[in-house]
Amino acid sequence: MVSAPSSLTSKVRPLAFETGIVALAFLDSKVAFVGTDGAVFLIGLEEGATPVAVVVHQGGVLSAASDGKRLVTGGDDGRVMELLSDGSTRELAQQKGRWIDRVALGPDGAVAYSAGKVAHVLQAKGEAKSLEVPSTVGGLAFAPKGLRLAVAHYGGVSLWFPNAAGAKPEVYGWKGSHLGVTFSPDGRFLVTTMQEPALHGWRVVDGAHMRMSGYPSRVKSFAFTADGKWLATSGSGEAILWPFQAKDGPMGKEPAMLAPSPTSRVTVVAPHPKDPVIAIGYEDGMVMMVRISDGAEILLRAPDTDPVTAIAWHGSGGAVAFGTEKGQGGLLAF
Amino acid sequence: MAETQAEKIPVTVLTGYLGAGKTTLLNRILSQPHGKKFAVIVNEFGEIGIDNDLVVGADEEVFEMNNGCICCTVRGDLIRIIDGLLRRKGGFDGIIVETTGLADPAPVAQTFFVDEEVQAKTKLDAVVTVADAKWLSDRLKDAPEAKNQVAFADVILLNKTDLVTGAELDAVEARIRGINPYAKLYRTQKSEIDIAKVLNQGAFDLERVLELEPAFLEEDEHHHHHHEHGEACGPDCGHDHHDHDHDHHHHGLKAVHDEEIQSVSFSTDKPLDPDKFFPWVQNIVQVEGPNILRSKGILSFKDDPDRFVFQGVHMILDGDHQRPWKDDEKRLSRIVFIGRQLKRDLLEEGFLACVA
Repeated sequence: MVSAPSSLTSKVRPLAFETGIVALAFLDSKVAFVGTDGAVFLIGLEEGATPVAVVVHQGGVLSAASDGKRLVTGGDDGRVMELLSDGSTRELAQQKGRWIDRVALGPDGAVAYSAGKVAHVLQAKGEAKSLEVPSTVGGLAFAPKGLRLAVAHYGGVSLWFPNAAGAKPEVYGWKGSHLGVTFSPDGRFLVTTMQEPALHGWRVVDGAHMRMSGYPSRVKSFAFTADGKWLATSGSGEAILWPFQAKDGPMGKEPAMLAPSPTSRVTVVAPHPKDPVIAIGYEDGMVMMVRISDGAEILLRAPDTDPVTAIAWHGSGGAVAFGTEKGQGGLLAF
Repeated sequence: MAETQAEKIPVTVLTGYLGAGKTTLLNRILSQPHGKKFAVIVNEFGEIGIDNDLVVGADEEVFEMNNGCICCTVRGDLIRIIDGLLRRKGGFDGIIVETTGLADPAPVAQTFFVDEEVQAKTKLDAVVTVADAKWLSDRLKDAPEAKNQVAFADVILLNKTDLVTGAELDAVEARIRGINPYAKLYRTQKSEIDIAKVLNQGAFDLERVLELEPAFLEEDEHHHHHHEHGEACGPDCGHDHHDHDHDHHHHGLKAVHDEEIQSVSFSTDKPLDPDKFFPWVQNIVQVEGPNILRSKGILSFKDDPDRFVFQGVHMILDGDHQRPWKDDEKRLSRIVFIGRQLKRDLLEEGFLACVA
């Protein structure tokens, strides 16, 4: 790949942590790097700020979600924790002796988490609700509007309205183990990552199927672009972008491919919150910023064999940060 | 790459029918002063507590893979748990997976070959089966799971030997050998065993197929059994084996043929043609995959200076060149299948047709 170090590469603030990084998120004017063994490192965006470690879990962090104001994490200590930018923490729920496998944030302060086969929803007002699905929960995602939760599991996805008492969840079935789930920003499509190197999608209104395959490895990172036109995915040597502009989504269409690496694989994709730009992390440690329209690339981190595990943008689009498996990180404020 | 290979975390799978002594063995492994830390994945928090910091409850969810291979089942919950465990790096030296008494070991084993990330960071070390000397014979008749667990095993603890007579013990051992003559077998009481005989077996490691050769080579089961025993209970094992060694000479212990599960092995000293062998073996595991529990082979190909070794679980095959044949080594190709209702004649004919 021909990506010469750019003027931006030198503006990235390099960071180093005591543990590997599993997730990260911007909280107000700080960025939170989530470490492997329960500590979160908070750093101000301003020049010269140093990381402050906050111990959030007594053990490994299994899942994290953020809305830009708070970071919610699930740990193998059985706790669902909230962290704010001032470093304060709060326990939102606890399941003794269980792992909190997945967490998700929804509208009006709603939080979803799962332990084993049970998905739980906590609301700012109103009581906690739970739903047991046929197998361990693979993924959780709130619909963009209304209180509706998608719960991925073996054999498909259950769409659940936690506040509709007695209503059975609607099941979108497809054989196989579904591990991650997301809605398109307009709420028209539901897409899962699978145990196999493939994605599966449904049109919510009629359940029409979309099968997106051809990956050399399992897709672990996927996200819609802000305009909802593309679904960016990891799992291949380049970022694979499925077109969702048309009313039947990507059916019968070829995906776009961005920033191919001849030697490595994409591990993380993070679309810009406003513009048609994607930050892409690779297994060899490289991080790129790529414009979707013409594939123009800007190198943010040179490859060094340390796999990129997390990338996040500030909600304003004014900063991007990334972390690696061995505990390296970078922060770039524009 | 070499570095990451070395860091792979070994995984031991403990199986055994209900009440055979799995949890006792597990606690023995954990409590011996080996200075190692294990993550333990259990399916039932039984009445007997497990003395370990890192115990994870699993749900034993067996999933089919969407790859058109009906016997490619994996443990979805294991993939998730191992992914979670691997996030805490350096926290433990090995993983022990205890299955329920009713579990088929195959999906557990296949998980370590089918999932890319699990395979990248862990390696299946061995399937260890604890068998109850008093009840195993009955279970082999009425519980298909018990038979699967014996057939699948790399190491078998024939446990609770104090509850049966010497003759009963020989009879049950003969039944085990009829199903699986290749596993290392140890007679134990209260699951008492040197854990070095249970851990770090490398039973799925192609590099160490070599070490399994003695068990391999012996076609004659009586002979084989005898040899195996010598290895299993060497002078350092600390057990008093005088009596049962004695028994061997008197009774000429034999493997008792099992109607359902058998092992078959074939060999030839004529070099094989790889262009015949690979299509044949791939077809065999495709067609007979559900019936073939385990397979292993050491092969000599025509015009190839290297030994080729392979091992498989159902339809999943793993093979590689191992090392050059030595000058004084007999270039013998050997292949072993353990499975259900195996068509011996068909397999033998097919194998011998691969001769170059």
